[in-house]
Amino acid sequence: MADFTYDVKDFKSSTEVRWCPGCGDHAILNAIQRTMADLGKKKSDYAVISGIGCSSRLPYYMNTYGFHTIHGRASAIASGVKSANPKLHVWQITGDGDALAIGGNHFIHMVRRNVDINVILFNNKIYGLTKGQYSPTTDRGFKTKSSPFGTVEDPFVPGQLVLGSRGTFFARSIDGNMKMSQEIFTEAAKHEGTSVVEVLQNCVIFNSGIHEQITKAENREDHQLYLKHGEKMIFGVNRDKGIVSEKGKLKAVTIGQDGYTIDDVLVHDAEDEESYLHSALINMALPNFPVAFGVIRSVKAPVYDQEMESQIKDVQARRKVTCVDELLRSGNTWEV
Amino acid sequence: MIKDTKVVELEQVAIRFSGDSGDGMQLTGTLFSDATALVGNDISTFPDYPSEIRAPQGTVGGVSGFQVHFGKNKITTPGDKAHVLVAMNPAAIKANAKFLMPAATIIFDSDSFTEKNLRKANFATDDPFAELNLDDYFKIPVPITSLTKEALIDTDMDNKAVLRCKNMLALGLVSWIFNRPLDVIEEALKAKFGKKISLLEANIEVLRAGYNYGMNLQHSTPQYLVPAASIEKGTYRTINGNHATAWGLIAAAEKAGIGLFLGSYPITPATDILHALAERKDLGVKSFQAEDEIAGICTAIGASFAGQLGVTSTSGPGLALKSEALGLAVMAELPLVVVDVQRGGPSTGLPTKTEQSDLLQALYGRNGESPLVVLAASTPSDCFHFAFMAAKIALERMTPVVLLTDGFLGNGSEPWKIPSMAEMPSISTRFANDAKSYKPYGRTDNTLAREWAVPGMEGFEHRIGGLEKDENGGANQVPENHQKMCDLRAEKVARVVDLVPDLEVYGCQEGDVLVVGWGGTFGHLVSAVKDLDEAGKSVGLAHFNYINPLPANTAEIFSKFKKIIVCELNAGQFVAYLRNKLPQFSYMQENKLQGLPFSVEEIKDNVLKILEDK
Repeated sequence: MADFTYDVKDFKSSTEVRWCPGCGDHAILNAIQRTMADLGKKKSDYAVISGIGCSSRLPYYMNTYGFHTIHGRASAIASGVKSANPKLHVWQITGDGDALAIGGNHFIHMVRRNVDINVILFNNKIYGLTKGQYSPTTDRGFKTKSSPFGTVEDPFVPGQLVLGSRGTFFARSIDGNMKMSQEIFTEAAKHEGTSVVEVLQNCVIFNSGIHEQITKAENREDHQLYLKHGEKMIFGVNRDKGIVSEKGKLKAVTIGQDGYTIDDVLVHDAEDEESYLHSALINMALPNFPVAFGVIRSVKAPVYDQEMESQIKDVQARRKVTCVDELLRSGNTWEV
Repeated sequence: MIKDTKVVELEQVAIRFSGDSGDGMQLTGTLFSDATALVGNDISTFPDYPSEIRAPQGTVGGVSGFQVHFGKNKITTPGDKAHVLVAMNPAAIKANAKFLMPAATIIFDSDSFTEKNLRKANFATDDPFAELNLDDYFKIPVPITSLTKEALIDTDMDNKAVLRCKNMLALGLVSWIFNRPLDVIEEALKAKFGKKISLLEANIEVLRAGYNYGMNLQHSTPQYLVPAASIEKGTYRTINGNHATAWGLIAAAEKAGIGLFLGSYPITPATDILHALAERKDLGVKSFQAEDEIAGICTAIGASFAGQLGVTSTSGPGLALKSEALGLAVMAELPLVVVDVQRGGPSTGLPTKTEQSDLLQALYGRNGESPLVVLAASTPSDCFHFAFMAAKIALERMTPVVLLTDGFLGNGSEPWKIPSMAEMPSISTRFANDAKSYKPYGRTDNTLAREWAVPGMEGFEHRIGGLEKDENGGANQVPENHQKMCDLRAEKVARVVDLVPDLEVYGCQEGDVLVVGWGGTFGHLVSAVKDLDEAGKSVGLAHFNYINPLPANTAEIFSKFKKIIVCELNAGQFVAYLRNKLPQFSYMQENKLQGLPFSVEEIKDNVLKILEDK
């Protein structure tokens, strides 16, 4: 239910957008602005918080309240904003370096607390603003300026980190697919608690094409599985492929081959409290599987900022001390 | 000392309770202090404990002490040396021998003088008093352990639980000796043990046994009378510095009519501020125990951005971790209070011991030109006032403020005449009210402080950040703009001087020597200066609570004295700052890095040397 009517332009600030031409960030920005316009929530109640990195410039381009903070700390600052005033709609814009390297600790604790923040995690598997070093999501062996002979470390899978932090909402989208991004951002906004949306984003300068196997038009149908709660996990150009569970593991099959029927194909349950299937979906990777997109997990749990307020209300309902004058005179005092 | 007199009237007494860190000496000292304040004495306390929660039993390193100084006149320090030592074991005697007045009274648990305990405390012989040259001290051996066991012989408590009540025997005995009412202590025990009735009863039983033991031994134990202090009329309570700090912040938020948000990570000796604020949900305080020091300040910055009074509390190592975020608050020009309860450094240093060595970190410990306001409290109870003022300055001038206290102030307590909120200064927040003309970094009055528009306010939507900006808040890298903004931020902080009261001099208003101090050393410095003045010396004390900016009349005061000596518990940080700010004067310095407060005697000795050295 929209409370206010907005046009997407209402959410665009007058600051000139200065990302590189062709950068995936442009489309994500547009999707965010459209989502906010369509949601119809009061514009002045939005606070868009970012850390440092190319993506973190985004708040400057939003005609909302915005705070471009310091490297890695957006999760902590956003947690403070939301806890201080739970009425606000707090969005955190961050990247794979900002959220998962320097800001990893704040990120996992925000997710664990389940503060009601919408996190848009731009994942381009590279450091762009410092001109091309590997990030915590860069694949093993990948050559960058800081790994000229290839990295010797494994990357984080952001969704796994979210699950490991008891996350209540995780989704995945693609920068260029604005329709999908808008649908997912809307779900993320509606979710109460920390919503983490990983957007596969293309850095046109330092890591162009890194997601291409997944995202390019001719691969889209076969390499992407767009999960929707309550619907079968079907993909492929002919919509004839599906995900089944066999011996406790997921398997991508073709319906009608090897005895698999449409009835064998799993139905996506994003609201399942148990996370093992969500974990398996997050892990699906080429070439044996399509990559999962959409809202993979969305479960209800107590929300930190709401709990904080209700605890205060509970205590205040039975309080003896109602103001500082009473506080100072509480306990042992004596007259001289 | 006073062996033959049964009741001795004293003007002031310092007692040191001392035992193993598990012996409950902090509780004993606190209970005694509270009872003492209630009978009308002025008091000052000094808890001195090791950083280990349970250091090896019976060793000198594991000794935990609590000193309380009380008297009929104004008490400004916990006392350099104790008149009475209560020692629960030989190690306590060894650890405290150097903190005793000549011929002091030593009450000790004679049961603890076993071969094993003597060896643990590294005594070579069976006579620790001779070994420590304490032969002419007045020693009262009391079989504390066996008396405790006897008192609880009818209970079904196990031996370990029984021995935990030993401290109450000592407390009861000392309460008799110093004529303290047991009912106050019993009330406090009721509040502490609550529903644990059997534990409460056992403690009271042993407390009374100790008291009665003293009464029955009148022939060998003197009783002291310390008359009530003649202090200003009003309602009083005892308060320690950390509680006073927490309450001063709550008071400021109430005065300003906004919410108080604390983001903090536990760290000795500042953690009690987190406890004290977490407790105050009844007053709407939001406390956020963060995952680390950085998140502590960052959540507070987020809360400030959202329109609340953001506060973070810490000690030295934590301030180091917060420095980048503190720079963000400087750049974004958000109201924020950072409380640093200083301890011995560098690194982990001396976590439970006091020091004043974070001054330069507070002033300069950030990248870039990053000026902010620095205040320092000087007594446990005035932490309330300076926490309030830190918040007032932050909110009225849109700047982060660092409030420096220290372990000595934070844990030390004293009686405090409770102020009323009506007498606290007003606080005018700078919420913007005209959306059309609003510029996030526009400066419309002489304070150069910006106006505050926060998320939720319609029509004021804007962006701020850590990048250098122009008055609209947009990133701006133009060379002239950076120069202008740096100058403006510095000038804004400099203009806080109009909220800073003039410096007052204690003692001689002009003359030979000006003792200069800041923060938590006030009690010791003022005692020393008072003694010197009474001895006819021409000495004054200028004690600073406002470090940046300095009071406007600082140079004028300095010019009235022939010599200036800056005394501080570091290697010379304030004196370096003064040499930079007021280079026209020449400064001598007295510094101490032992994790201990100054003693009044060492200050006096040094000043006397300077006076002689014409």
